[in-house]
Amino acid sequence: MTQLALVIDLNVCVGCHACVTSCKEWNTSGEAGPLVDLRPYDADPTGTFFNRVQTFEVGEYPNTETVHFPKSCLHCEEPPCVPVCPTGASYKREEDGIVLVDYDKCIGCKYCSWACPYGVREVDAKRKVMTKCTLCVDRIYDDELPEWDRKPACVRACPTNARLFGDVHDPDSEVSTAIRENGGYQLMPEWGTKPANHYLPRHKTRITVREDELERSDNPLRIDSKLPKPDRDEPSLDDVTSW
Amino acid sequence: MMTQTPAQEVKNTTCYMCACRCGIRVHLRDGEVRYIDGNPDHPINKGVICAKGSSGIMKQYSPARLTRPLRRKQGAERGAGDFEPISWEEAFSMLEERLAHLRETDPKKFALFTGRDQMQALTGLFAKQFGTPNYAAHGGFCSVNMAAGMIYTIGGSFWEFGGPDLERSKLFVMIGTAEDHHSNPLKIAISKFKREGGRFISINPVRTGYSAIADEWVPIRPGTDSALLLALIHEIIAKGLYDRDFLVRYSNGGQLVNVDEANDEFGMFLRDDVPAADGCYDPQDKLWWDRRTDRAVRTHNADADPYLLGEFRLEDGTPAKPAFQLLKERVEEYTPEWASRITGIPADTIRRLAHEMGVTARDQRIELPIAWTDSWGVEHESVTGNPVSFHAMRGLAAHSNGFHSIRALAILMSLLGTIDRPGGFRHKAPFPRPIPPCARTPKGPEGVQPGKPLDGMVLGWPAEPDDLFVDDQGGPVRIDKAFSWEYPLAVHGMMHNVITNAWRGDPYKIDTLLIFMANMAWNSTMNTVEVRKMLNDKDENGEYRIPFLVVADAFQSEMTAFADLVLPDTTYLERHDAMSMLDRPISEFDGPADSVRIPVVPPKGECKPFQEVLIELGSRLKLPAFTTPEGTRKYRDYPDFVVNYETEPGSGIGFLAGWRGKGGEKALRGEPNPNQWEMYAKNNCVYHHELPKSYQYMRNWNKGYLEWSQRNRITRYAEPILIHLYSEVLMKFRAAAQGKGTSRRPPAHLAERVATYFDPLPFHYDPLECQATDKHTYPLAAITQRPMAMYHSWDSQNAWLRQIHTHNVLFVNPITAKNAGIEDDDWIWVESQWGKVRCMAKYSEAVEPGTVWTWNAIGKAAGAWNLSPKSNEARKGFLLNHLISEELPGDQGRISNSDPVTGQASWYDVRVRIYKAEADEPKITSPQFDTVKPFPGQPKRSRILNFFAAKGGK
Repeated sequence: MTQLALVIDLNVCVGCHACVTSCKEWNTSGEAGPLVDLRPYDADPTGTFFNRVQTFEVGEYPNTETVHFPKSCLHCEEPPCVPVCPTGASYKREEDGIVLVDYDKCIGCKYCSWACPYGVREVDAKRKVMTKCTLCVDRIYDDELPEWDRKPACVRACPTNARLFGDVHDPDSEVSTAIRENGGYQLMPEWGTKPANHYLPRHKTRITVREDELERSDNPLRIDSKLPKPDRDEPSLDDVTSW
Repeated sequence: MMTQTPAQEVKNTTCYMCACRCGIRVHLRDGEVRYIDGNPDHPINKGVICAKGSSGIMKQYSPARLTRPLRRKQGAERGAGDFEPISWEEAFSMLEERLAHLRETDPKKFALFTGRDQMQALTGLFAKQFGTPNYAAHGGFCSVNMAAGMIYTIGGSFWEFGGPDLERSKLFVMIGTAEDHHSNPLKIAISKFKREGGRFISINPVRTGYSAIADEWVPIRPGTDSALLLALIHEIIAKGLYDRDFLVRYSNGGQLVNVDEANDEFGMFLRDDVPAADGCYDPQDKLWWDRRTDRAVRTHNADADPYLLGEFRLEDGTPAKPAFQLLKERVEEYTPEWASRITGIPADTIRRLAHEMGVTARDQRIELPIAWTDSWGVEHESVTGNPVSFHAMRGLAAHSNGFHSIRALAILMSLLGTIDRPGGFRHKAPFPRPIPPCARTPKGPEGVQPGKPLDGMVLGWPAEPDDLFVDDQGGPVRIDKAFSWEYPLAVHGMMHNVITNAWRGDPYKIDTLLIFMANMAWNSTMNTVEVRKMLNDKDENGEYRIPFLVVADAFQSEMTAFADLVLPDTTYLERHDAMSMLDRPISEFDGPADSVRIPVVPPKGECKPFQEVLIELGSRLKLPAFTTPEGTRKYRDYPDFVVNYETEPGSGIGFLAGWRGKGGEKALRGEPNPNQWEMYAKNNCVYHHELPKSYQYMRNWNKGYLEWSQRNRITRYAEPILIHLYSEVLMKFRAAAQGKGTSRRPPAHLAERVATYFDPLPFHYDPLECQATDKHTYPLAAITQRPMAMYHSWDSQNAWLRQIHTHNVLFVNPITAKNAGIEDDDWIWVESQWGKVRCMAKYSEAVEPGTVWTWNAIGKAAGAWNLSPKSNEARKGFLLNHLISEELPGDQGRISNSDPVTGQASWYDVRVRIYKAEADEPKITSPQFDTVKPFPGQPKRSRILNFFAAKGGK
C-alpha cells in the first residue's frame, strides 16, 4: 500500500523558509485555500501556514549547533487526529496515506489539534475549520502538470533539495533509500503514531592531516630557499689541517 | 472547491525579490498572480525558488505601493508625508526645467544615486550624458571592498564576477556573512557539495545562515579577518604548502622588486631595458632571477625558472627581491600565536586550518583532459586544479581594514593555486579583466563642462595617482569625494556620504538630488537620526540645504516621506529590465549570460518604470545618447532603447548580448535585432553562451579565451592577467605620498594616510573606528546580518514575510549578558559613542562573547511602508544604524567612516556597551519617530487578508 511522505534532510536544510512561503502561496489560491492572515499589516500579524520552520540552538558556546527544523503534518500511519474527530472530517486516504480534512464536514471543534502530538494542525480563524498540509494533493495528481512538476510546492521550491517526496512503503523509492542509507528517523516514535514523514540527521565531514603528510619531497621550499653558501674567503678546516 | 475553469496563463520573467535574478514562472488566473515558481530551465536557479521569491504576490498587492506622482504640499515639512498628486506631465515639466538649467550652468549640481537597482548601465549612462560626476549605485555601502580587493589582485571577484566551484571542490571555507550574494545558486551548490562529502568550514562571529550546516564553525572576533588570513599565509609559506608552479607562471611572485630605498623606483618592479611592445596594458617586461643561469632574465623566458625567495643584485648594483620574498617577510611576524590573540581563534586551530587547506590543495589535485594554450604559447594537455574554495562578501568587506583583508584572502587563494581552476575559484564573464580594469573617470574638474557629457566614465578603476578625479589642489571633484586622495580607489562611489556632504556644502553645494530605490532616510544610511535632520535642514535664508529632493520608488518609505517630488516606480512584474553585460550580468562559470524581465501584469495605477522616466528625461533634455542628429527623440521607450542602443554607432554592442543581428543570428556583437525581446521571451528570458571547454578555465592566461574575449569586445587587451601578490598599483600611490616619482602628489595633510594604507602587501591594522574608541567603555563589537527570508531590505512590508520576522532582537552570548546583569528577553540599551538604542536582548550560544548582533532592517519608523504605527517593526524592531556614524573625527577634521583605500562603508566596526533598561521605562524601542502618513493614492491596508487569486474562479 502506498504511503506518500516527505523526507527532510537536516544535513542540508539552511532554514531559508522557501518551503514555508511557497506552501502558503500555492495553497492559499488552491483547493485548500484561502489561507487567512489576521492583522497582515498591523501589530502581531498571524496567519495560517501549513508548514513552518523552527530554529533552535543546541549545545553551549563554542560547541553550538544552530538547527533549522521544518515541520508540517507528518501523515502518520496511525494518525491520532482521525479517531477523535466527531464528524469524520479528519481522515486518512486509503490509496496514498495522505491525512486530509474535509472542510464540509469540519465543525472546527479542534479535538484533532489537541490529539496531534506534533502541533501541525492550523485552525483557520476566518473559515472556522481545521486546515493542514495536504501534500499538495491538488498538484501531485494533476494531469495538466508535466510529470516533473507533480510534486508538493515546498519540494519544488526547496533550494537545497532538502525535501524529498515519495512512497515510503516502496523500498526502491528515493525516500526509502534516503531513510535507509542516512539513518532517517521519525519524530517521537514512542507515541506509536508511526509518522510517515522522516528526518535525516546531520553528519560531519572531517579531514585528518597527519604530521608526516605535511611535508613532501617536492616541498617547494627546497627549490626556493637558497641554502646559505659561505664565501670562499671565510675560514674552513682547509686552513688548519694539512693531511 | 473549484467549480469553473478560470483563464490560466504562465509567463516567464526574472525575479527581483532579492538580487539573485532567478528565472521565474508567473502563473496568472484571470489576470491575477496565482503562483510564482522557479523556472527549471533557467541557469541561475534550475527550478528552485526562495522564501522571498515565493512571496512576490504579497509585494505585488502590497498596501505600501505608490500609485501616483506626488508633490510635497506647499508649506509642509519634509518627512511629514504631506503630498498632493500631480500628473506625470507636471512632474516631467518640473524636472525638465530644473535639470535643463543645471546642465547648462553647472551639471555637477545634479546628483543621481541609486540603490541595488540592477540597471546601472542605464542610470550610469544617463549621469554621464547629463555631464554630472555625481553618480553611484549602492556598492560603496555594500561590499565594494570585495570587488576592489580581489579585482586589484586576481582580476575578478565573488558573486556576479566569479565564485567557488563547489561542484569539484573538497574543502569550502566561508568567511563572514555572505549568504545573500548570491543566495539560491549558493544554496543549491552547498547542498550538493555536502552530499558529495565535501567539508564545509564557516568562519564567522555568528552561527546562522549557511553556517548552521557547516561541518565546523570557527567563531572569530569582527574586524580581525586580516589577522587570521595573514597567519594562514604565514603557515602555508612556512610549511611549503604553496603551489609553486602556479605562482611562478601565473602570478607576479617571481618578479623582482627594486629594494633600494634611496632610489625613486623603490618598491617598483624592475624592468627589462628592451622597450615594451606598444599598446600593451601591462607590458611583460619585468624580470625574474633565473635559477639555472643565476642572473636576471625577462619573465616567462621559456628556458628560465625563477627564484621565488632570496635577495639578488642586478649588474648595475641595484638590490632586488622577488615579490614572493617580500610577501614572506611581510608575514614573518604574523604567526598563528599572534593572530590567536587578535582573532580569539586558538593558534592550533589556525595551524590546522592552514594544513587542511594546503594538504587538500596539494594532494587532491584534479586533472581534466582539456587541452588549452597559455598566453605565452605553451600548450597544455590538461587543466588541473586544487579543490579548495572560499566565499566571502560583506562580513569581510564592511570594515575599514577590509580592503587589505580581502587582498590577503585573494593571495591565500592564489598561494593554494585555486584561481580559475576546477575545484577552486572560477571567473564569470566579463571577468577576468586587466588589473585594474580599463575604465577611467575624468582626471579633473575640466571633465565636467556645462551642456556636455562627462569626459570620462562616471565610475572607474584608478591605476595610478594621475587617474584620480581631483582638482589642482588635490581636492575632490565629486560630492561624495570618491576617487580623491581621501578614498582613491572608491570604485563604486560613496553614497553613504552624499547627504552629509551635500548638507554641509563640502566640497560644494548641490541643487537636485535624485535617489532611486534606496532608503537613505532609514536602513541604508549611517547616523540615521542626524541624516534625517539634514534632509530637512534649512539655511539662514530659510531654504533647504539640499534644495530639491526627488525620490523614485515603488513603495512608500521613510525616504519617500522626505521627497519634494515622488515618482512611483513599478514592481518587477510590471516592467522590462535588462540584466546587461554592460552592468552586472548573470554569467555562469562556463560562459557569459544575460537576462531580461518582461511585464506579466500591467502597471498599477500611474506607476511608470524608472527606466521610462530616464528615457523621457534624456529625450526632453536632448542628451546626445537619447537624441537623433536632427535633434529629435531617438527612442520611443525603454524596450526600444534596449533593442536599438549601441555603445557607439555601428559598434554592435548593446544592452543585450543574445540574438543580435537582423535576424537574431549573432551573439555578443551584431546589429540591433528588432525582434530581440521576442527571442528572449521564447528562451526563458535568458541568453547563455557556453564557451568551449578549453576556454572555461585559466582565463587570466588562456590565450584562446582572451583572444575570443577581445574579438567579442569584452576586453580591449588579450594580455595575460598576472595575479598581483605584490601590488605595484598600490605602491604607485604610496610613492606619490612619499614624494617620489613624477605623478600627482596628495595634499600634505593626507600624505601620511595614503603612504600608510597604500601598502603593496596586505597588513593588519585595527579598524579605524576601533582605533578611535575607548574599548574599555565600549567593549563589544556590534554587527548585523540579514535573514534568508528578508535578503535585501526592500520587502519587509510583505504580509507573509513579516510574519517570519516581525521584529528583531539583540542576540547576546549568555556569559556576556549575565556579566551585564541582563536576563533573556530583557529590555536593554545598546550604546556606542555615537548614539543609543533601546531594544530587547535574546540569549544566544551561537555568537562569540565579544560580539552582539541583530537582523538588519527589520525595524521601521512608525507608519512607514503603510504598516500600522503599532506594528511590531516600529514598536519593538530597531535599527543598529543609529549607533553607527558616517564620519569619524580625525586630526585634520572629519573623515568618512570608511576604508581609507576604497571608501567602503565600515558598518561592522562599531563598538558598543549594553546595559539593562530601567524598570519604569516604556517597553518600546527608542528612538521613535513621527508617524509617516499614508500617501495619496496608496492602497488601504486590509485588516484581514484572505488572498485567493481571481476569486471569481472559486
